[in-house]
Amino acid sequence: MFPLSSENLLVASLKFCAGVCSGIVFLIILFVANEAIPSFTSPGFTAFFTDEAWYPTYNQFNLVPMIIGTLCLASGAVLLSAPLGILSALFCHFYGKGLTLKIYRRIIELLAGVPSVVFGFWGLMVLVPMIAKIAQPGASLLAGVLILFIMILPTMALTADVALEQVPKSLIQGSYALGYTKTRTLLSVVLPSAKSGLAVGFILQVGRALGETMAVLMVTGNVVQIPESVFNPIRALTSNIALEMAYAVDHHRSALFFTGLILILVVLALVLLSHSLQRTADGR
Amino acid sequence: MLKLLALVGFTLSLSQFSFSAEKLVLTGSSTVAPLLGEIAKRFEKSHNDVRVDVQTGGSSRGIADTRQGVADIGMVSRALKPSEKDLTAFTVAMDGIGMIVHSSNPIEKLTQEQILNIYKGKVKSWKNVGGPDKSVTVVNKAEGRSTLELFLKHFQLKPYEIKASVIIGDNEQGIKTVAGNPNAIGYVSIGAAEFSISQGVNIKLLPLNGIVSSTENVRNGRFPLSRPLNLVAKGEVSGLKKQFIEFAKSSEVSDLVRDQYFVSVEQ
Repeated sequence: MFPLSSENLLVASLKFCAGVCSGIVFLIILFVANEAIPSFTSPGFTAFFTDEAWYPTYNQFNLVPMIIGTLCLASGAVLLSAPLGILSALFCHFYGKGLTLKIYRRIIELLAGVPSVVFGFWGLMVLVPMIAKIAQPGASLLAGVLILFIMILPTMALTADVALEQVPKSLIQGSYALGYTKTRTLLSVVLPSAKSGLAVGFILQVGRALGETMAVLMVTGNVVQIPESVFNPIRALTSNIALEMAYAVDHHRSALFFTGLILILVVLALVLLSHSLQRTADGR
Repeated sequence: MLKLLALVGFTLSLSQFSFSAEKLVLTGSSTVAPLLGEIAKRFEKSHNDVRVDVQTGGSSRGIADTRQGVADIGMVSRALKPSEKDLTAFTVAMDGIGMIVHSSNPIEKLTQEQILNIYKGKVKSWKNVGGPDKSVTVVNKAEGRSTLELFLKHFQLKPYEIKASVIIGDNEQGIKTVAGNPNAIGYVSIGAAEFSISQGVNIKLLPLNGIVSSTENVRNGRFPLSRPLNLVAKGEVSGLKKQFIEFAKSSEVSDLVRDQYFVSVEQ
């Protein structure tokens, strides 16, 4: 149909690569869903929300405390990191200069590259004993929130940095020309204009906070309960999979896959949300 | 296009090359895996064309993988259950589970009853068992771990009776958790605990029923909370599998068993 030019070959191979990439994602979702299906018949969908507790070897499959624990953990971490991330980006763009700025940017990038298990280890050896001095046992929701906060702060700062970069220079200059001060410009022109870009970064960080496993597993204590205070231990959905998957059989196993399916769907929803936000922003 | 074909051909020939070596796959208990990893290295040295792949994942996985044929040999850190008699077990070493507390904890011993009450949440403060007025941090293992199973069986507990403050995965995490918390109590493999103590980690082992938690007492069978570390295989054991299992049981590797602070069965 078409002559086999190098152009066509390139397009074809690019299409092939894109197909493989998206195919892998679909295969993973299909696999997880397929493994989770037995859990819909037994223990049954409602069992995950109405059972008395989570004792999978005794046919008790209540996920509610872990869902609540995960939400507390992720929202706590994101609420702490978002303002600091945005302030950090404002510093980079409008206040930092020369060598200080260069060093600061490298430090943020370095922080973004530290493996999660290192944060977890540090949390277990330093943060948890510190919290234990205030309230036993130390391994707690608070420890998890703080570790996650440190982990997602650099990426929050970097995405906010990109969002500020996209604010048109003409807007800022216009604002100065109207006699606005620097602070007024930042608050009334830059931030509103970067709003949707910042929101996209925010949502992606929520996704990351929900999915983080190793560090959280090491510092939250992993007791399945609804936290009454920030000093209570909790178990996140991801930690539950990591702790028990290697040993799980039958219903227990499919229940864990069900947990995984929930996580995938929530993250998928977040990605779609950030995508539509991005589109509204671009269509402005 | 030609380049791509050449690349594919090259990859195929490479993969064929790696298939030419005989391969043994071992999966199972996280307690047994480090020991078998060392044994496997030594075995590979004397058998040039054999690759031994040791993967961890828990005793249950060792059983399941061996049944399904995913693994040639399973590693199981307990005696086989009656329902698992389709597999054959070969004991390579013994291990004991010891109660550990932080080294600054003044408690020197706990009775069976006291440990039971601490884990059931009836004793909430160290004061009630002769210690300081500090609340007890109960460290428990996650469901499915063989250490938990053995602990529950010994103390005749059900999982839902335990009121844990912290739940952990493997021995290493348990030791780190107790070392980082002066009020914690936990239970881990005695071998792993003795090794950590020799490395200067801030934990100490408590005696059980008046018997000192040591590898010595596990070897002579006096220690009550102990378990065999088994290799399991399905059906007739022959050829390479047989060679490897005999090697793992032999005195050629007893120094490796000792290095892991386990107790060798070969006298």
